[in-house]
Amino acid sequence: MAKQITISMGKKLEKPLPMDKVVDKSLKRTHTIEVNDAKVWYDDFMAIKGIDMVIKPNTVTAFIGPSGCGKSTFLRLFNRMNDYVDGFKMEGKIKVNGRNIYKDKIHVEDLRKEIGMVFQKPNPFPKSIFENVAYGLKIQGIKDKKLIAERVEKALRQADLWEDVKDKLKKSALALSGGQQQRLCIARTLAVEPSIILMDEPTSALDPISTSKIEELIFELKEKYTIIIVTHNMQQASRISDFTAFFYLGKLIEFDKTKKIFTNPEKQQTENYITGRFG
Amino acid sequence: MVNATYQREVINQAGFDMLSICLSQIEKAKEAFINHDSDLAEEVMNIENRVNALDIKIEKDCEKFIALYNPVAIDLRFIMAIRKMNFDLERIGDHAYGIAKYVVDVDKDIPTHLIDAVQFNEMFDTIIAMFENVHDAYENKNVKIARKVFKKDKILDTINFNSFKIIEEEILKDNAIISEALVLFSVIKKFERVGDLLKNIAEEIIFYIDAEILKHRKKK
Repeated sequence: MAKQITISMGKKLEKPLPMDKVVDKSLKRTHTIEVNDAKVWYDDFMAIKGIDMVIKPNTVTAFIGPSGCGKSTFLRLFNRMNDYVDGFKMEGKIKVNGRNIYKDKIHVEDLRKEIGMVFQKPNPFPKSIFENVAYGLKIQGIKDKKLIAERVEKALRQADLWEDVKDKLKKSALALSGGQQQRLCIARTLAVEPSIILMDEPTSALDPISTSKIEELIFELKEKYTIIIVTHNMQQASRISDFTAFFYLGKLIEFDKTKKIFTNPEKQQTENYITGRFG
Repeated sequence: MVNATYQREVINQAGFDMLSICLSQIEKAKEAFINHDSDLAEEVMNIENRVNALDIKIEKDCEKFIALYNPVAIDLRFIMAIRKMNFDLERIGDHAYGIAKYVVDVDKDIPTHLIDAVQFNEMFDTIIAMFENVHDAYENKNVKIARKVFKKDKILDTINFNSFKIIEEEILKDNAIISEALVLFSVIKKFERVGDLLKNIAEEIIFYIDAEILKHRKKK
């Protein structure tokens, strides 16, 4: 019988704590993700049909597959984003640094500091550029203005946006171009210093130049982060990822090194999909 | 992807055309050489232009396919294999041209006993069998048939190796046949190279089907 997940948002902090004390230490530093027999239902519909996977630290893993295959659902399991979906049920284990993130004791807010997410459409807040990046730090209770300014600059530099916005940090984030907005969202994710970044089709709404900048960024970020990206763009998966997972109808069909998947996949279904023969 | 599938088929058909035209060139060149038929030899030399044109067409189509359709997996191996096969076939066409040119340039019949002594016909038959294997393996994506080419190439190597001694002995017996013998020796060398190129093509077919690289593999 599937276990109904209850959302554990944790207690509100009574007083601000320094950054390194906020994050659950067991989730910090080592970023190996281990999935054991994960199954997901939305009411009676079984979206994920028993998936096992190990994602190594400091790698980029691409999830590919036709629409409705379960890749985004699977991605959102890693920071418990599905918890908010009506009728969501989950079985199996997802371990980050050996700790099951679906245990009731897990503090979901802490989990999401460790596992950040970038969405398909750039979604900056209707605030200034600075406030957007500082937002995560402020809700963590950090009040040290100098520390916040340092973190904001660092995150904007990491997202390759600093040079573009350093003179207009007080301007609205909504005035930025689509590509810049997406890099701002990445900066906002980086500011809270996660160890894992989930990206759900982060470039699907961007032009080729903005896409190329995000891809370069992903390549640079993998030195410090573990990145998992859902993409419909086969060339993007082959360009930027170290490992590729192909999903079909809620199952993991093949998971291997990207160069193997794109040159000589083991499964016929994978080959048919990546060569455009179905899907 | 329908257009990509169509374009791939166009390249595939051009590959078959190249294979057929080069086989025909080798057959005609051999026929012209044995019968000292300079008309047929000139036909071979003229058709060489068609071989070159087809070579360029395949090369351009492959370039276009890579640029427009970003092939991966079996499609990528197909395009890589067909480019190399095309290159090898074009070289086979060059050898057919070279043989035909001897017929036109050297105004002498090759003595039959000399042709028999070096097993020239057997060499030619082996080459034709290799062409058939390559065609079948490519058409039916059959690795087993492609591997048959390797054994046959060894037959060509042996005939080529033995020919030196045989031709030397024949010249010692009758030094009036020196120029014919040297031409025959050159043609044997060309056939031996054709065998090597067919072997390369068989390796490319195996790479295309099984993603196995056989090139430069040491003999066990």
